[in-house]
Amino acid sequence: MGINSPLTQNLMPNKTFFWFFLPTGLAMILFIGLPIISTGIQSFYAQHDQVVKEVKKCDPFGCTVSIVVDNEETTKLREAKPLGKFNGFGTYVDRNHLAIDEIKKFWNETESFGGFVDQVTNLPFYKALIFTLTYCLFVTPNVLLLGFIIALSLNAVARKIRGPLIFGTILPMIVTPLVGSLVLFWMIDSQGIIGANIQNLMNDPYLSLKSSKTLTWITIIIYGIWHHSPFAFVVFYAALQTVPQEPVEAAIIDGASRFQRIKHIVLPHIYPVVTFVALISLMDNFRVFEPIIGFSAEGSAQSLSWLIYDNLVNEEVILFGSAAATSMMTIVGIAILLAPVLIRTWKEFKTAR
Amino acid sequence: MRKILVTLLFLLFGTSAFADCNIKSGSINILANDFPALRTFVETSKQCKGSADFKVTHSSEHNKIAVPALTANPSEFSARIAANSSIVPLMNQDLIRPLDDLVNKYGEGIQDSQLITIDGKVMAVAFMANTQHLYYREDVLKDLGIAVPKTYEEVVAASEKIRASGKMQYPYAAAYKAGWNLAEEFVNMFIGHGGEFFKAGGAQPNINNAKGVATLNMLKKLSELSNPDYLTHDSEAIKVEWESGNVALMTLWASRSGTLLDDEGDPNITKATKLTGPATVGGGNIPAATLWWDGFTLAKNRSDADAEATFRALAHAASNKKMVADAADQAVWLVEGFVPGPKSIGVIEAVKMGAKPYPMLPQMGLMHGALGSEIVEFLQGKESAEQALKDVEAAYISKAKEQGFL
Repeated sequence: MGINSPLTQNLMPNKTFFWFFLPTGLAMILFIGLPIISTGIQSFYAQHDQVVKEVKKCDPFGCTVSIVVDNEETTKLREAKPLGKFNGFGTYVDRNHLAIDEIKKFWNETESFGGFVDQVTNLPFYKALIFTLTYCLFVTPNVLLLGFIIALSLNAVARKIRGPLIFGTILPMIVTPLVGSLVLFWMIDSQGIIGANIQNLMNDPYLSLKSSKTLTWITIIIYGIWHHSPFAFVVFYAALQTVPQEPVEAAIIDGASRFQRIKHIVLPHIYPVVTFVALISLMDNFRVFEPIIGFSAEGSAQSLSWLIYDNLVNEEVILFGSAAATSMMTIVGIAILLAPVLIRTWKEFKTAR
Repeated sequence: MRKILVTLLFLLFGTSAFADCNIKSGSINILANDFPALRTFVETSKQCKGSADFKVTHSSEHNKIAVPALTANPSEFSARIAANSSIVPLMNQDLIRPLDDLVNKYGEGIQDSQLITIDGKVMAVAFMANTQHLYYREDVLKDLGIAVPKTYEEVVAASEKIRASGKMQYPYAAAYKAGWNLAEEFVNMFIGHGGEFFKAGGAQPNINNAKGVATLNMLKKLSELSNPDYLTHDSEAIKVEWESGNVALMTLWASRSGTLLDDEGDPNITKATKLTGPATVGGGNIPAATLWWDGFTLAKNRSDADAEATFRALAHAASNKKMVADAADQAVWLVEGFVPGPKSIGVIEAVKMGAKPYPMLPQMGLMHGALGSEIVEFLQGKESAEQALKDVEAAYISKAKEQGFL
């Protein structure tokens, strides 16, 4: 016991850790915690009932009698309750979000399970969720795989040409997502270099990558892999530099193939880094947004982040409650998605001690 | 209606319309959309700035900035150039000030027909009119012996004929980009069918009916004659399609005719590009188009001195005969002294045919937003017209409830 007791072992580092972490912690509360809390509160409120009145409106094209918002009355309401009308989980369960009532109705009304799924995926939130998840599930593993392959290959080329090659490889990450997606968007236009060639190749002059939903999804996913792979590559490449040479050399002498060396020595060594990259890219991919704007793909692909954007700016009436509710659900979504990886890391951390 | 005809068709004999430009103080900061006519307008008002500060932001993203920027106190902008639709959120949030006092004091050259009055108060001063109307390629139609279409049914027939002739694969174009543009096309076509968006006297939606279905079916027919990428095409994109000679019939904003008919691009195409009024649809007699005005509004959360300086500068442009004479090609000006040229024909025809203005209702923005995203799947052939309209209404109702309209 004595100096090695768990108590003394933990107490000092914890205290040091606390002071070390305090500034970061405060900044995180201020810039991340409080905004999330405020968004959370916002999501439980809806606008006051609009007080409207009939008035005469005249413009260069003539006069009509129609309605306007009665500002005097509205101001009174707003001053009494600045946050708006308390709505509880009303916004969360409405048709544009979780749509609980609609789903119950579909369940009772539709005869086949397929029909039910069709109806549900026609709802805006589920439509966006499906695209977001599809994007995550296709992009993340491919980014890991491609990043790892590139890192391995670059690690094997002669040192002299490595510098320029690395620069070329991380270019997709340097290019701003919006610009990158716009460039690709023009290239896949039916008169663009890729679009026209695909038409020739398929011998179908009516083929358009932008008009079909499936092809748009594929394009955005390919773009996502292209854009995110350099990040995985950079981290993997750095990790590869730390792989000890002795076991690798020993394995070569034992006659292990390149594949066996990677599987049994390199991969276990960089495993924590793989988890890290997987976590970060899952989080990034769940927030997919720019390519949808860049590809003008709003018609075929909507993500959760795009829904928030749509509520905030795409309409002349700003829907704060809707945007806040979708934001909160995005946070929950990320937490659920990351849970398995986090739990696993935590378990490993415990057993390592 | 008659007022605009008077404005457009006759030369009015007025007194000299130059505003007094002796502005001594205040600061002017204008938020405006970005197209040539608005740039001309703002430049003209700048001539009058005197010793006031003068700043302007031209942005096609103006709708996204306007409400937050004017909500701040003091507001970032002292004036916002708005239109029928974009004045509504400003009114809903009580962000613009009545202009009666300023009009009385400094509004000499401004005609009564330019004043946008709501509940007896002047809330904006309009200076140009706009609409979407048909453009056609005279050479192509002549070669195939097709008469200039007057209805969308004729547009469909003409486009099919052009396609069959092998001249063009996608002879029709309109801004069908998912979102605001597509919704605007629906609004036009629905009004052309005689539809009303809301049940009388309330905010309950009223589009899931035979008129709505007919509207969607016509949009679908037209989309099938358009470039397959139509869901990504905005006004600028179809303008490019036109200038590349891929299109023979097009529905486009009147305010774009200036750049469409300028010296850039293939002179043969420019020469053969002709303008005509908007088409009607489904046997209706009013055009499937909406009339728009562009005008200026002043921010409420700004000092009186700034409001005064801003109003005087903008009123100078809104009553400037020289500007409307020099820039007669850029827009259909509502300003005294404007002589309509060949490029104004679309708007003038629309007014003559009795086109309706875009509905200036507090909840219209929500309907427009719901339309822009929910009718896409119908055009892609993934759901029925009835289902799409049901979705629009459901999406609208949720939003309207959250916003307190229902």
